[in-house]
Amino acid sequence: MSETEIFEKVKKIVTDQLGVESGKVVPEANFANDLGADSLDTVELVMALEEEFDIEIPDEAAEEIATVQAAVDYISNKVTASA
Amino acid sequence: MTNSVNKRVVVTGLGAITPIGNTLADYWDGLMSGRNGVAPITLFDASRHDCRFAAEVKGFDPHVYLDRKDAKRMDRFAQLAVAASKQALEDAQFTINDLNAEQVGVLIGTGIGGLKVLEDQQEVNLTKGPDRCSPFMIPMMIANMAAGLTAIHIGAKGPNSCSVTACAAGSNAIGDAFRWIQHGYAQAMICGGTEAAVTPLSVAGFAACRALSFRNDDPTHASRPFDKDRDGFVLGEGAGILLLEEMEHALARGAKIYAEIVGYGVTCDAFHMTGQLPGGVQAARAMQLAMKDAGLSPEQVSYVNAHGTSTPVNDPNETAAIKTALGDHAYKIAVSSTKSMTGHLLGGSGGIEGVATALAIANDRVPPTINFVEADPECDLDYVPNQSRALQVDVALSNSFGFGGHNVTLAFKKFVR
Repeated sequence: MSETEIFEKVKKIVTDQLGVESGKVVPEANFANDLGADSLDTVELVMALEEEFDIEIPDEAAEEIATVQAAVDYISNKVTASA
Repeated sequence: MTNSVNKRVVVTGLGAITPIGNTLADYWDGLMSGRNGVAPITLFDASRHDCRFAAEVKGFDPHVYLDRKDAKRMDRFAQLAVAASKQALEDAQFTINDLNAEQVGVLIGTGIGGLKVLEDQQEVNLTKGPDRCSPFMIPMMIANMAAGLTAIHIGAKGPNSCSVTACAAGSNAIGDAFRWIQHGYAQAMICGGTEAAVTPLSVAGFAACRALSFRNDDPTHASRPFDKDRDGFVLGEGAGILLLEEMEHALARGAKIYAEIVGYGVTCDAFHMTGQLPGGVQAARAMQLAMKDAGLSPEQVSYVNAHGTSTPVNDPNETAAIKTALGDHAYKIAVSSTKSMTGHLLGGSGGIEGVATALAIANDRVPPTINFVEADPECDLDYVPNQSRALQVDVALSNSFGFGGHNVTLAFKKFVR
């Protein structure tokens, strides 16, 4: 899966989960500050990403993922590693 | 009790999302025209259920009241409550701001809470595993969240709570809110009841207790309180909210006043989990306590909005209770069950029936009991059969009884300064 494909999938999930306009879901967008995610949203978002990409994101890793790009990078690494 | 004189409490705003109308005006129009809210269940596939009809709220769009994200993280019972609360505030032209926020409270009852999210998440738990359950499950499900979320969305920082007394929850909420204003804990209270329990598990459970009507071949005639062919209640959903205000506060801002709340009576059967004490002895005492609290005599009562569930047990029992509480005067008044039109909203019923009672006083018109064909011989009062009626209503009582033996009566009076 290319990074572009991953980004598009992440963007769709973030848009659905956080109820934000898709135009706001840009790589540098910060989940908490720019997209209004609170602690419960973050847990739900991580679960949705885990399910979509069939990966596990440990809590310690999830805490480090602050932006859309960080999520895409993390997922790219995982997906590539398991491929 | 306080030693100082109790403050007077008036109804200045109303909101209703019901099976017969999603706005206050539409609800009242439905009540006056005898609109029937009962139809086959559409919220889930009920084909395997013994009861396959309900009184659902039709065409409710939460996004009229909430943005997409807020709506998504609320169970339907909370969406309905927040929406009806916003209606009530708008109806009252009441603005909550930094100056008054701590004097405005919320007390919204529900019988069950967020059952749909619980059922959905149990499915996730069983099929995908416990670590796939939503972080929103608990906050969406817990019964107090309608009151909590309403406070968030309207900015009310005063006393906040939730009554969970089954089908009496909405009336307990209004009664307790009335006390809080009487005793000076708040100047205004958003109060009432909400329910959204038309779900697979709920219908299965109520059917198992043999509480529901099974008239699947003729659902629109299933809710028929006091009629001899009634066979159970029809599950309904919705929310009814009242804005109560301390009288001087309401007068000072020139608010329109629908009615005054003057009495609150609460008792318990202490008898059976789901059954009612024969003869309605404690239900009668709730009515008597409400009248005593208000300093009213039975002769002053002109209308009773009955609990009137259409179950074999409730209706004769309640009739007996009304006769015990009001004596011979019971035969001179109008008694009606709006559940004949709305179905039984469980914890929401006291809310929408409180709204109906306040409107009956304000409009001097009483809603009918529809589907009334032939009276049960044990039900021999004037149930306002099938057609609403013009009637001067100076004092009205609203009854709500719940599983657990809860009996609640609220007394409303035409407002005279």
